[in-house]
Amino acid sequence: MIKLINIELYKIFKKWRTYIGFIAIAILVPVIEFALQIEGHKSLDFMTRDLQQSFIFVGNLLNTYFVSYLILNSLSVHIPFLITLVAGDLLAGEATAGTYRLILTRPVSRMKIVSSKFIAGIIYTFLLILWLAIVSLGLGYLLLGTGELMVFRGGIIMVFAKNDILWRFLLAYGFAVLSMGVVASLAFLFSALVENAIGPIITTMAIIIIFLIISAINVDLFQTIKPYLFTSYMGSWSMFFDKPIDTYEIVKSTLIMLGHIAGLFGLASYIFYKKDILT
Amino acid sequence: MDSEKVIEIENLSKQFKDLKAVNNLNLNVYKGDVFGFLGPNGAGKSTTIRMLVSLIAPTEGSIKVFGKTLKQHRTEILSNIGAIVERPDFYGYLSAFKNLEIMGKISGKEISKNRIMEVLELVGLEKRCKSKVKTFSHGMKQRLGLAQALLHDPELIILDEPTTGLDPQGMKEIRDLIIYLSKEKQKTIFLSSHVLYEVELIANRMIIIDKGSAKVEGNVEELLDSKNVRVTFEVDDLEKTKLLLNNTLWIDKLDTAVNGKLIFNLSHGEAPQLNKYLVQNDIMVGAMIPTRSLEEYFLNITQKVSG
Repeated sequence: MIKLINIELYKIFKKWRTYIGFIAIAILVPVIEFALQIEGHKSLDFMTRDLQQSFIFVGNLLNTYFVSYLILNSLSVHIPFLITLVAGDLLAGEATAGTYRLILTRPVSRMKIVSSKFIAGIIYTFLLILWLAIVSLGLGYLLLGTGELMVFRGGIIMVFAKNDILWRFLLAYGFAVLSMGVVASLAFLFSALVENAIGPIITTMAIIIIFLIISAINVDLFQTIKPYLFTSYMGSWSMFFDKPIDTYEIVKSTLIMLGHIAGLFGLASYIFYKKDILT
Repeated sequence: MDSEKVIEIENLSKQFKDLKAVNNLNLNVYKGDVFGFLGPNGAGKSTTIRMLVSLIAPTEGSIKVFGKTLKQHRTEILSNIGAIVERPDFYGYLSAFKNLEIMGKISGKEISKNRIMEVLELVGLEKRCKSKVKTFSHGMKQRLGLAQALLHDPELIILDEPTTGLDPQGMKEIRDLIIYLSKEKQKTIFLSSHVLYEVELIANRMIIIDKGSAKVEGNVEELLDSKNVRVTFEVDDLEKTKLLLNNTLWIDKLDTAVNGKLIFNLSHGEAPQLNKYLVQNDIMVGAMIPTRSLEEYFLNITQKVSG
């Protein structure tokens, strides 16, 4: 199995499209951080203008933690697109290239092949989020330095001391891997259904966008549906920046995400196992 | 037949919605056979082969390979099969060597780098082993397809139209390689083709299928020897040749005469005799081309069956 996963990772990292996500992050994050280094103080003053009448803000609030927190908010739409580029291609890419005929005529069970591809996709997801963390926090540290973290949570300002932040980011990025794992699993499922990678990318992104819109519209019917949409839990990483942390809600979100990953992978495996290879 | 059966297909059928691609097919391939699997395009050859290598599931019937049921012993059976199914596709962004290395790792056997180079040499691609496959011509991909099929030294080699798209030299090389594998390496070869001539050259047994069903099966020599051969003679003077033939029995065997070409329906061994006769009577024969096509042969078979 490890041999198969290594092969899949090798194939993933030999494809140009794999690096689009890493390059996009390597370009976008520095651009945001440079912009905030130049203009960020004005924005921060504007955001806190009402509070400044009652409080005095001291220290370096525009620091790597603040910027990394803002960047993590891009998880909902931007990062999923980068994930689907690879996850949507894992199975459908083999169909398009005609290489199903090569690998599935070898003495390896279909379950092992689908599992190794899925695990490789999850490893890619992990590495992309790790890269996001390294670039956000690392470059932010060099450009903006450290300081206390100030975040707005449900209309309340939370301020975290310097030594109380990193572990929260660690867990937040960990949860981000989980929520992006659901996106990867969804794209993987569609990848098992079709014969080209464009379909899974578009369909996954369409589902995410539709779910996000439904969640955002304040209509009773949509609010009833909201707890059943996985996108409602994608932002749960931010709960690690609550005081105190709502462990019950975090565990619930984690289980929902894990359940989605297991369910989507199970369905994809079943479809792949039964699939007639006609390409 | 007392020989060991390598492939046993019984009552095999495959239904795709409204299309019955394979219909109640039965066939046996014996150890050491070069088995020609013939049929026109769309006859169900590739569907049968896909079922044989478990790419698609049969709707009905059973497939046994090496005496074991494919459904129950898939992995064990596939470790002893090398196959090219339709066009040879590879990971174009990887080198020929890397493609084979990946295939080797999932072949169920330890494949050394030397073995990879050995099969690349066998198909004449050793000098391009580091080139990305996307730079390969169709013929080179076809040869690489053969290399991957031979990589793990399987007992049974399944080749789905391996000479399609190749130039005459490439076709000959592949045919020679198949003969070498059969004669020197004692491999059993299942060769799908729609070119009767190709099968005639290298197969010992064959089956013709059409619309998913078997039409005729047997020994190649026995099946083909009794048939007429269509031979095209290219001559320098068509009118003179026709005049010459008018006074002979050859005229009864002449089918068409147009554009310097005469097409005859000849029995086995008559073509050299006719050639000799023409040359002795000062007719220059530029070429003598056997043109027995599968379609024609197949038509004869079905007419015979229905008659």
